Amino acid sequence: MKSAVIVFPGLNRDRDMIAALTQISGKAPATVWHQDAEIPDVDLIVIPGGFSYGDYLRCGAIAARSPIMDAVRAKAASGVNILGVCNGFQILIEAGLLPGALMRNMSLKFVCRDVKLEVVNADTAFTRGYAQGQVFRCPVAHHDGNYFADAETVARLEGEGRVAFSYAEGTNPNGSINDIAGIFNEQKNVLGLMPHPENLIEAAHGGDDGRALFSGLLGEAA
Amino acid sequence: MTLPNDIVITPQLVADHGLKPDEYQKILDLIGRTPTYTELGIFSAMWNEHCSYKSSKKWLKTLPTSGPRVIQGPGENAGVVDIGDGQAVVFKMESHNHPSYIEPYQGAGTGMGGILRDVFTMGARPVAAMNALRFGAPEHEKTRHLVSGVVAGIGGYGNAFGVPTVGGEVEFDTRYDGNILVNAFAAGLADTDKIFLSEAKGVGLPVVYLGAKTGRDGVGGATMASAEFGDDIEEKRPTVQVGDPFTEKRLLEACLELMATGAVIAIQDMGAAGLTCSAVEMGAKGGLGIELDLDKVPVREEHMTPYEMMLSESQERMLMVLHPEKEAEARAVFVKWELDFATVGKTTDDLRFRVIWQGDEVANLPIKELGDEAPEYDRPWTPPKVAVPLAATDIPQSDVADAVLALVGGHQIASRRWVYEQYDTLIQGNSLQRPGGDAGVIRVDGHKTKALAFTSDVNPRYCEADPYEGGKQAVAEAWRNLTATGADPLAATDNLNFGNPERPEIMGQLVHAIKGIGEACTALDFPIVSGNVSLYNETNGKGILPTPTIGGVGLIPDWGKMARTGFAQPGDLILLFGAPPAWGTHLGQSIYMRDLHDRRDGPPPPVDLAHERRTGDFVRGLIRSGKATAVHDLSDGGLAIGLAEMAISSGIGAKIAQLEGVDPIPTWFGEDQGRYLVTVRDDMDVDAFTALMGEVEAAGIFAPWIGTTGGGELVLGKARPIPVKKLQEAHEFWFPDYMRGEI
Repeated sequence: MKSAVIVFPGLNRDRDMIAALTQISGKAPATVWHQDAEIPDVDLIVIPGGFSYGDYLRCGAIAARSPIMDAVRAKAASGVNILGVCNGFQILIEAGLLPGALMRNMSLKFVCRDVKLEVVNADTAFTRGYAQGQVFRCPVAHHDGNYFADAETVARLEGEGRVAFSYAEGTNPNGSINDIAGIFNEQKNVLGLMPHPENLIEAAHGGDDGRALFSGLLGEAA
Repeated sequence: MTLPNDIVITPQLVADHGLKPDEYQKILDLIGRTPTYTELGIFSAMWNEHCSYKSSKKWLKTLPTSGPRVIQGPGENAGVVDIGDGQAVVFKMESHNHPSYIEPYQGAGTGMGGILRDVFTMGARPVAAMNALRFGAPEHEKTRHLVSGVVAGIGGYGNAFGVPTVGGEVEFDTRYDGNILVNAFAAGLADTDKIFLSEAKGVGLPVVYLGAKTGRDGVGGATMASAEFGDDIEEKRPTVQVGDPFTEKRLLEACLELMATGAVIAIQDMGAAGLTCSAVEMGAKGGLGIELDLDKVPVREEHMTPYEMMLSESQERMLMVLHPEKEAEARAVFVKWELDFATVGKTTDDLRFRVIWQGDEVANLPIKELGDEAPEYDRPWTPPKVAVPLAATDIPQSDVADAVLALVGGHQIASRRWVYEQYDTLIQGNSLQRPGGDAGVIRVDGHKTKALAFTSDVNPRYCEADPYEGGKQAVAEAWRNLTATGADPLAATDNLNFGNPERPEIMGQLVHAIKGIGEACTALDFPIVSGNVSLYNETNGKGILPTPTIGGVGLIPDWGKMARTGFAQPGDLILLFGAPPAWGTHLGQSIYMRDLHDRRDGPPPPVDLAHERRTGDFVRGLIRSGKATAVHDLSDGGLAIGLAEMAISSGIGAKIAQLEGVDPIPTWFGEDQGRYLVTVRDDMDVDAFTALMGEVEAAGIFAPWIGTTGGGELVLGKARPIPVKKLQEAHEFWFPDYMRGEI
């Protein structure tokens, strides 16, 4: 299985993501610079975390209007799996690929700590490595992860199995509505989440709870 | 030659530039005429304390700076130390005290920006950061505002740049009420054969300006940082620069890409005194002149004068000397990252620093005298008074359990979680030990077993009572913290924060602290490879506590055998390595005395460097052999607090014996140096344990078995048992409650 990582100036977890994808799938992902015209033929496209364009406008807003996002939209429409983590999630929302908004954390502060995530829908390409209802550990590191959508949208997300992960055991770090940590699009081939599974995939990270997300998508290297 | 001299140089103007009459006379003697306004600004920038080290140079030269692993000692942007396999760790610590007090968010943020730039200027990708922060008393009206702004500023810059913060210090003391300390540390990794230096080589080569555009921010910043504060402090806000971490991140990637092309001959970041300082340093070090054409400098404001352009401290800028044939290739890299790239001058063979603006020569000065041959002072100093030891019977009493809870929940010991959760501590995916332990540890990216340990240490109340012992202690504690993880301490960086050196008693503190640092570094084979001096840390004539912060770096050959501070499991035996017969004795300058009995008298605990080395080397051996299950060095609060911290981080209690025939207060709270708590498994067979104790004795170390881990309580001899949960709660609550204004 092949993957690609989109890189915008100001992203800084691209190297973490590339390392995780390489280690788990055994194959380095293609890296696509934001000014490239095309995304190669792959099974998974990842927009990693960081501070694209410094997050100087709304987080993700400038990157979402970058020409490469037209290619991402086209790939999404053709059914390719798209994963956005942290700033990547913000970019997917700003690009209109996912609903809602990510506001400043309720504490108004950046937060970096481990939280607990519950797998709300394990029946997707992204989450099949986990069991339904499984609770696992995952780090967060963000300033603007407070997910919000109007009541109708939240009800639809929840009703259609489009909440992928929710913060569990009282660990919601940012005030997200209904503890929502990650959501799918309607076709469930686009996932955005605030936590960083790529930073918890091996013994050196103190655990590998995040690994199943990637191995479910790309398989494990022999 | 036309030298526009529109502005008349008056004694007042000279004084406003922080130049003393004798220094101005030196300028007149040197150039044989009245300087232009721009030239006066250039002298002020180069000859101030911050850039010239004129008061400290004589003493800094006495520090040990070399060793078998040292590739680059002080004098460059950062120190470089070999870690094997063709790789080096590149690191430095630097202060941003004055700007952070005036404007905490931007001051602290640009402090981070500056130190990160120092590291990647050398060709290294930054992999770890720390910061040592010192604020005024918690009850001082400005403290909360400063804590919250500084922490947010460091996070705002470092998180966006993408470097993990792995350690640091936060302390409060009323002596920093009017002058906080923000000391930022950064370390990077580079290949030993690809280290870049600032020394220009070759005549007639292009001097290239890279990065962000030049604005009016920070004009005169370095001069401001070399003066005391008065009541006019609010007026100094415009001298603080504004940081742009997004540009810095692009600058990092662009510089590393550019370096890989082989185009770079010399590189210097524009920090204090911006274009002036970077150009002069590159020329002076290389024995070359530099000619700059200011009309080529990318500017973001109109009608900037040469004076402003030469003194601007706009951030995220670099100056390089490039191979001319690679200029096109170099330009393409910067165009890709959407950064400015402009050839602004050339190297010359006349040893002059010449600045052209709109066709006029606005400065023409001898470059060596501006740079490495700047004036030096041998300032008068008086030896510090040494405090009288406390009488043997002078032991103020407290209930031991109450005292432990009060200290654990007090501002000195309480958890710094409120601070470090605002920093990204795990980006890059290599953080093995995040803040909260003895040292931060990251693995060496791409290597299977190697890791680097980082710590920042100084005890300002010890330094105030005895700068010499305090200087020794700061080095010893850094060395000890690295050792406690199982690392070989490699080298250190020093960030010397003191008051006004023109006062002999302050100069005496500086001289004695450096003497102590030098002795300890020599005895522990722990050279100083980079550093920074910050003087004039005074407000309205009141100096800070002398604070020579030491940033230490160590190498762990196999992180699989690294030690952590939390108790590993119930039933482990607790040994107190390096203890005196009474386990603890020294209460002078302890936090027990300061925070529970409001006493700041007596000398600090002395550091016996031979004992330090013997004990540390033995403990490191135990960690490497896999026998130690947890290790924690003792510092503030002594044995009781060391045990409490091991219990807090693991949730496991311990039962400790009580020594008969001695007062328990110094045993539990004395801050005797060179001690480590080490746990070993109790299923070690009797012969093995006896053999271990034999080795300890043969090494000349006292390491009594003082207790056993287990249970949900910390039991200190005959004191009331303390539930670990209660310790954890006390430890966690102080910082968030304080910041909410509830304490």
